Amino acid sequence: MLKISLSRLEELFAAIAEKQTLYIPSDRADGAAEFTKWEPGKALTQKLNTLRSAKDFFFPQTENIVDFKMEGKNIQVIDQRSEHEDFVIFGVRPCDARSFTILDKVFLSEPVDSFYKNRRDHGTVVTMACSRPAETCFCGTFGIDATEPEGDAACWSDGEDLFIKANNDKGQAFIDSISSLLEEGDTAKLDQVKAKTKEILSRLPLANLSTAAFGGDTLNEHFNSEKWAELSESCLGCGTCTFVCPTCQCYDIKDFNTGNGIKRFRCWDSCMYSDFTKMAHGNPRTSQLERFRQRFMHKLVYFPANNNGEFGCVGCGRCLSKCPISMNIVKVMKALEVK
Amino acid sequence: MQEAMIKRAKELLADGSVKRVIGWKRGEFAYDITPAVFESAEELDKDFVFDDFTSANVSKYLVKESKKEGKVLVFLKPCDTYSLNQLTKEHRVDRDNIYVIGIPGGPKLDIEKIKAKGITGILSVKNDNYTLKIDTLYGEETMPFSEAILDKCASCKSKKHVTYDELIGEDGDVLDSDRFDMVEKLENMTAQERYDFWREQLSKCIRCNACRNVCPACTCEKCVFDNPNSGVENKAASDSFEENMFHIIRAFHVAGRCTDCGECSRVCPQNIPLHLLNRKFIKDINSLYGEYQAGADTTSRAPLTDYTADDCEASIVHERGAE
Ligand code: SF4
Ligand code: SF4
Ligand code: SF4
Ligand code: SF4
Ligand code: SF4
Repeated sequence: MLKISLSRLEELFAAIAEKQTLYIPSDRADGAAEFTKWEPGKALTQKLNTLRSAKDFFFPQTENIVDFKMEGKNIQVIDQRSEHEDFVIFGVRPCDARSFTILDKVFLSEPVDSFYKNRRDHGTVVTMACSRPAETCFCGTFGIDATEPEGDAACWSDGEDLFIKANNDKGQAFIDSISSLLEEGDTAKLDQVKAKTKEILSRLPLANLSTAAFGGDTLNEHFNSEKWAELSESCLGCGTCTFVCPTCQCYDIKDFNTGNGIKRFRCWDSCMYSDFTKMAHGNPRTSQLERFRQRFMHKLVYFPANNNGEFGCVGCGRCLSKCPISMNIVKVMKALEVK
Repeated sequence: MQEAMIKRAKELLADGSVKRVIGWKRGEFAYDITPAVFESAEELDKDFVFDDFTSANVSKYLVKESKKEGKVLVFLKPCDTYSLNQLTKEHRVDRDNIYVIGIPGGPKLDIEKIKAKGITGILSVKNDNYTLKIDTLYGEETMPFSEAILDKCASCKSKKHVTYDELIGEDGDVLDSDRFDMVEKLENMTAQERYDFWREQLSKCIRCNACRNVCPACTCEKCVFDNPNSGVENKAASDSFEENMFHIIRAFHVAGRCTDCGECSRVCPQNIPLHLLNRKFIKDINSLYGEYQAGADTTSRAPLTDYTADDCEASIVHERGAE
């Protein structure tokens, strides 16, 4: 496999950044890892994953979609779309790489979301295999192999070298663009690292969590479960779980009156909020129990029902560590799977 | 302590004094504890937990729970009792329908501080004479207890329970804390430095509302920021001005009512030190209107909703803003 010494990462990043904007996960002042634009001297984080997911690159928290300007009796409609520049996101973890597949199913199916597609077309996703999974990781539950990442191109580290392989044409073009820095390398040590990671993955506390009790055909059984009352009892109805989630895809569209026109924008929404899917008569889900249930039914039942059995979670564990009351999809699954 | 609490809760449930118990429920890992309502001895035996990670302030749940039929038992740490008093003062809870057992406070632990040391794959955390022994997937790790203390506990203002019906363990005293040190540091910065500090912090905000929703002083049925008819409703900040103002306005709205329980900063997924905004208000109230601690009692008049001839004049804003 092609490789480059880890000691030459800076050189590699510089070569990528010369051609396209490069984003890497690096540490910010408070210690959390975050995707940031690479510039000379910016180092790759040692943390397992970024606090926020990588979905912002394709589906930002807010974006203006169209402007309206009033001129007398005429309304001028100004299209905000412009061609996005090419960019590379380096170091996406396997769970987050899968989240793009899930978002694609929503935004790239008819009618195609042109804002999302524009970014997707111009972005190259370079993934990084995991070697130190955390106790909150459960990507395996959703059939994701943390040692064999998806994405346009995939990377592995054996502690000395960074190995890289293309998964598709876009990934190949990316590798070709940096090929002068790469050389053929022996993967014997890397194979050992992978085997060791697989062994750790099999010992994770959530390694046996299964989706067997869920899926598109389990709607009535779960929807009517009496366990929702207890599970949702202390939920604060904040949006933390949905905003840190790489697969949450809901948005709201609103008009902002600038005084001399209208800016129509969209921003992330959360099913945990009281005005989510608000219609003329109000929010169809009037209690926090119903809103809470929506989040988990969507990921575990409705999404697979509409997407050939694919679940709407990638097991990244962000909601496990960030929910202020430590209530999350794992606790919900474990409670609901017991008949 | 946990055993004594479960025993007492069972007694009060059994003799009918209370119908429900608010406490903390064990999670999947050593640290992911969820506030919960228990209704039977079996539930208590199975899941009730009180340990170094039970830091959540459960007093806000009383807004809902105290309105239900039958008394509710709640275990409150000293800091949590201030929140309950404030809720009582604002008529947000039915205090007569609540039975408070005061329990000792922290210091509690912050799992994020343990993880920040690079410790991962955490399977268990044991406090061995103030050394944490942490069993992980990658072997055993140790670190001093003192380095993993939750920020709100590190600057604890009081070990005294300001309201309770009975106590388990000893009551303590109001402490001399260093909680205004960082506020002073910020005050001593130039306006530009201070602005830069807050921009760096507040620009991280993802407007998840965890800080607001966990706050025991934020109990409006419908927050203006959630109300489409208010004209200021928004789910995302459109620019840096809104990013700043959401927090500053919220801090203003809880000024004089915030007890400094520290929950906002504890739950913020983006590690924003929101408590510093609230502490600035507390410190200013103390110096401009005389020492006042929200939640210390249920009857006194709050400085910002009271008038006395000694109140500072509005011109104070100009005088202090001059530098
Ligand atoms: S589950 Fe947790 S993060 Fe999600 S809305 Fe409820 S309290 Fe907030
Ligand atoms: S539901 Fe939780 S674990 Fe699943 S993808 Fe979202 S944040 Fe990650
Ligand atoms: S319905 Fe809820 S869980 Fe599903 S994508 Fe939307 S916000 Fe996320
Ligand atoms: S959930 Fe899996 S892929 Fe994601 S960081 Fe953890 S081990 Fe890696
Ligand atoms: S909890 Fe933190 S990120 Fe969430 S709204 Fe409050 S300050 Fe912003």
